[in-house]
Amino acid sequence: MNYFELLKLAMPETILVIAALAVLAVDLGVMRAEALQYRMLLSALISCVGCVAAIFWMFNIEQHANFLNGSGMLVVDPLTQLVKEALLVLTVFTVVISIESNFTDHVGEYFALLLMATVGMMFLVSSENILMIFVSLELTSLSLYILTAFNKQNIKSAEAALKYFLFGGMAAAFTLFGLSLLYGLTGEVNLIQIALKLKGTGLDPLLIVAIVMTIIGLGFKVAAVPFHLWAPDAYEGAPTPSAAFIASGSKVASFFIAAKVMMLGFAGVEGSAAWRDYASGWVPVVAIGAALSMLLGNLVAIVQSSVKRLLAYSAIAHAGYMLLAVLSHDKAAVASLIYYAVTYGLTTIGAFGVVAVVENGAGDDKLIRFAGLSRRAPVVAFCMMIFMLSLAGIPPLAGFFGKFYLFAAALGTDPKNLGLLWLVAFAIAMSVVSLFYYLQVLKQIYVVDSPVKAPALHTPMASKVALSLLAAGVLVLGAAPNLLLERLLAAIKSVGY
Amino acid sequence: MLAWTIYISFLGVLVLMLLPKGNARAARSIALLTAIAGFVIALTGTLQLKPGSEIATVAKLNWIPSLGIDFFLAADGISLTLVLLTGIAAVAGILFSWNIEHRVKEFFAFYLALIGGVYGVFISFDLFLLFVFYELAIIPKYFLIAIWGSTRKEYGAMKLALYSFVGSAMVLIGIVAAYVVAGSKTMSLLELAKYPFPEHFQYWAFPLVFVGFAILAGLWPFHTWAPTGHVAAPTAASMLLAGVVMKLGAYGCLRVAMTLFPLGLVAWRNEIALLAVIGIVYGAMVALVQKDFKFVIGYSSVSHMGFVLLGLVTLNEIGLSGAVLQMFSHGIIASLLFAVVGRMVYDRTHTRDLAALEGMNLAKAMPFAAMTFVVASVASMGLPGFSGFVAELQVLIGAWQAFPTFAVLAGGGILIGMAYTLRVLQKAFFGDVITDVSPQQNEEESAALSRAQPHPLEPISIPERIGAVILMATTLVIGLYPRLLLDLIVSSFSSPLFEGLRKGGLF
Repeated sequence: MNYFELLKLAMPETILVIAALAVLAVDLGVMRAEALQYRMLLSALISCVGCVAAIFWMFNIEQHANFLNGSGMLVVDPLTQLVKEALLVLTVFTVVISIESNFTDHVGEYFALLLMATVGMMFLVSSENILMIFVSLELTSLSLYILTAFNKQNIKSAEAALKYFLFGGMAAAFTLFGLSLLYGLTGEVNLIQIALKLKGTGLDPLLIVAIVMTIIGLGFKVAAVPFHLWAPDAYEGAPTPSAAFIASGSKVASFFIAAKVMMLGFAGVEGSAAWRDYASGWVPVVAIGAALSMLLGNLVAIVQSSVKRLLAYSAIAHAGYMLLAVLSHDKAAVASLIYYAVTYGLTTIGAFGVVAVVENGAGDDKLIRFAGLSRRAPVVAFCMMIFMLSLAGIPPLAGFFGKFYLFAAALGTDPKNLGLLWLVAFAIAMSVVSLFYYLQVLKQIYVVDSPVKAPALHTPMASKVALSLLAAGVLVLGAAPNLLLERLLAAIKSVGY
Repeated sequence: MLAWTIYISFLGVLVLMLLPKGNARAARSIALLTAIAGFVIALTGTLQLKPGSEIATVAKLNWIPSLGIDFFLAADGISLTLVLLTGIAAVAGILFSWNIEHRVKEFFAFYLALIGGVYGVFISFDLFLLFVFYELAIIPKYFLIAIWGSTRKEYGAMKLALYSFVGSAMVLIGIVAAYVVAGSKTMSLLELAKYPFPEHFQYWAFPLVFVGFAILAGLWPFHTWAPTGHVAAPTAASMLLAGVVMKLGAYGCLRVAMTLFPLGLVAWRNEIALLAVIGIVYGAMVALVQKDFKFVIGYSSVSHMGFVLLGLVTLNEIGLSGAVLQMFSHGIIASLLFAVVGRMVYDRTHTRDLAALEGMNLAKAMPFAAMTFVVASVASMGLPGFSGFVAELQVLIGAWQAFPTFAVLAGGGILIGMAYTLRVLQKAFFGDVITDVSPQQNEEESAALSRAQPHPLEPISIPERIGAVILMATTLVIGLYPRLLLDLIVSSFSSPLFEGLRKGGLF
């Protein structure tokens, strides 16, 4: 074991930790007495510099290593680097939309926690070892619990955090239980070794328990039905930038690791969810979760009057679509999953960014507060149109290509019999439902006239720029998906799934 | 060249969006110039390409190579016919919305986005690209109706958007499945049309895709979005809806469902013909009893689009080319009818109630509108000399060869068509009951009447006259010399795209 090598491999994470400490030190040491605005700006700046430096490091130094004799403790390859870069980009945008918010005066702590959560996600992404997976899951989750509770003036924030924490703790226990059973069955902690040991043993009852427990834990992280109950409350109660981060960065990392655990760890016990060709394994379990998430998420979103809750239920529905990619478990499916998760993350941060702008002006995030936004803040309104339409899957936006690619990949696993057609058809049908509630938001923004006494809307420059960039990104990635897809496919090829 | 019809429309959208606020005149002029440029490009493209049995490639670029998706624009005679229709309808629509004063810039931005999407559908030969443009056209429709519409506009707009989206979801299921079954290698229509899809696959994929597209073409019983949508829409939008958007659906049926799944088509053609005939007769009969002027035209659209669908499934050359010609012809005539109802009559009298209009003696008050409507109704009834006659006659002859009973029923539909057209013509323009309206029975109407009487109706403006003349001239020219388009259309049925259909001995 060579510490220098470890440091080199974990350089991006190290940079972020240094940035987090720097933010804390600067804010607590120097900026304590300054105005909130400047403290926010400086801390955000340091955080962004840290993220950008880490991105540059990974961009320039391509590494391929499985640290500690292939134990999977720290796997650095083009694919994990790509996902980590995406995570960092999402973090940067979260930082930028946080700048103008005023929910806290613990500025240093807020940004430091944001960065720590990102570090957790980055370790999570680059791990194929169940111990390391659990540790980094906890690092991420604990940071996110605190970020949810950060608005101390709002009782809802505390409630949301408590709910999130309790559910999360329970889910962590399930995960740990599942993973420990897996260790007990095989005596291995590396996912690939586990799969090798499991091969040929068939589905013994203990393994079934292990699979179900692990899926429960991961299902909680990705907010899939029936483990979604925390999501609407957490999204609504949390400060909007925190909610944006939970909905984007955390989603990407969780889905990536969920796919990895299921595909690598449980290789050989997939089973099948094909129509009239059912076989028990983890795939049917995930298929049921996916179908339920799409159904419940889309139907319940229709009746929401709070936009953040609406986005929460839409997130549950999108988790359903992404689970479809997880259960298809092949190369194209992984590519489609990452494409979908990343573009979804960008879109959601954007949507929450718009909510934050409206919330700062109007006091809450009720649907009616968006009335006439297109005339009060045309740029922000147009960005929201792009985000909503992308979530609904309207071309030429990223959400459309994401869906198309995902569905094609899911069907492509069995081109002869189209075994997953029932689930794909269901997903497409449900996306019709989703258009209805996304249009409800756009109706408020574009069609309804703003109330006479509507307060003037102040859009901070930083948010405006960030939202425009995000909207442009969603448009460009949708119109030219090759920009991301080519790198993604090359990375997957070099990893050799 | 032809690809610029798309680019210039979206360029127009961009320019309009960047235009500073309050420049209504500039916005109108930009929109009109864009539409005219689009039409000129379409026309020169048609003259330049003159495709025979060849499909002329317009642009072909690798788009997403790993999935076999290309940016592939091409045109055959069918595309060219419909691109021309789009050009004409777009220009006319802008002329008839010259009086829009509310959020002008946005109105024309959405309008041009819709036009761009429509052009895109008609010249895409990559299935993915076609679908992208097809869905792209849904959203502007929603906003055009919901913001600038009238009667129950939000309901109508949402109904239209959801119906369209349900249709495109069905299509999406079908094309993703077809793409995967064919090996996930290509999305090119030409390649996929060559692929022999298994029969059991075609058996369910064909109705899914066909009906998915046909929802937008007003196939009974999925037509109900059409009347409510048309009625709720502002004039220009209902012109486009009936004139062009319904053709998107019919075009998709022909271009995608029928060429990809010929075996499925054989299995289902009788059922589809039945639905089409029901649409013709039902649409006409419902139009006969409407009280709202615009609803009459809305249901007449359903009836006339029934001819398109019937023509498509006759599967003989005369029926098919009649169907395509009917798409063009109905596009022009419906635009004209909606222009008269929405812009000339409703914007001035503020009522579309036939009983109220009956008392206004509009033929005297607005002779130009009355003249236009007479021409439009005559064309719509299918009198020789106008495009509707040639098109519907061809469809009927084709149907006579394929399904004689249905042909007779469809002929009955034409008779009812004459009845409702004459009824509405008489009521709206040549009513002579001005003294017969008894105040105690029709207080509301006579109130409207007395409000309407003192203010003379504003005269028909120049842009309206130009727009009406363009549309009337088009239907007359095509009616007198249909070969202009028929040569284009007929030759395209011998292209490799329709090989699957020809091979099956279908025509």
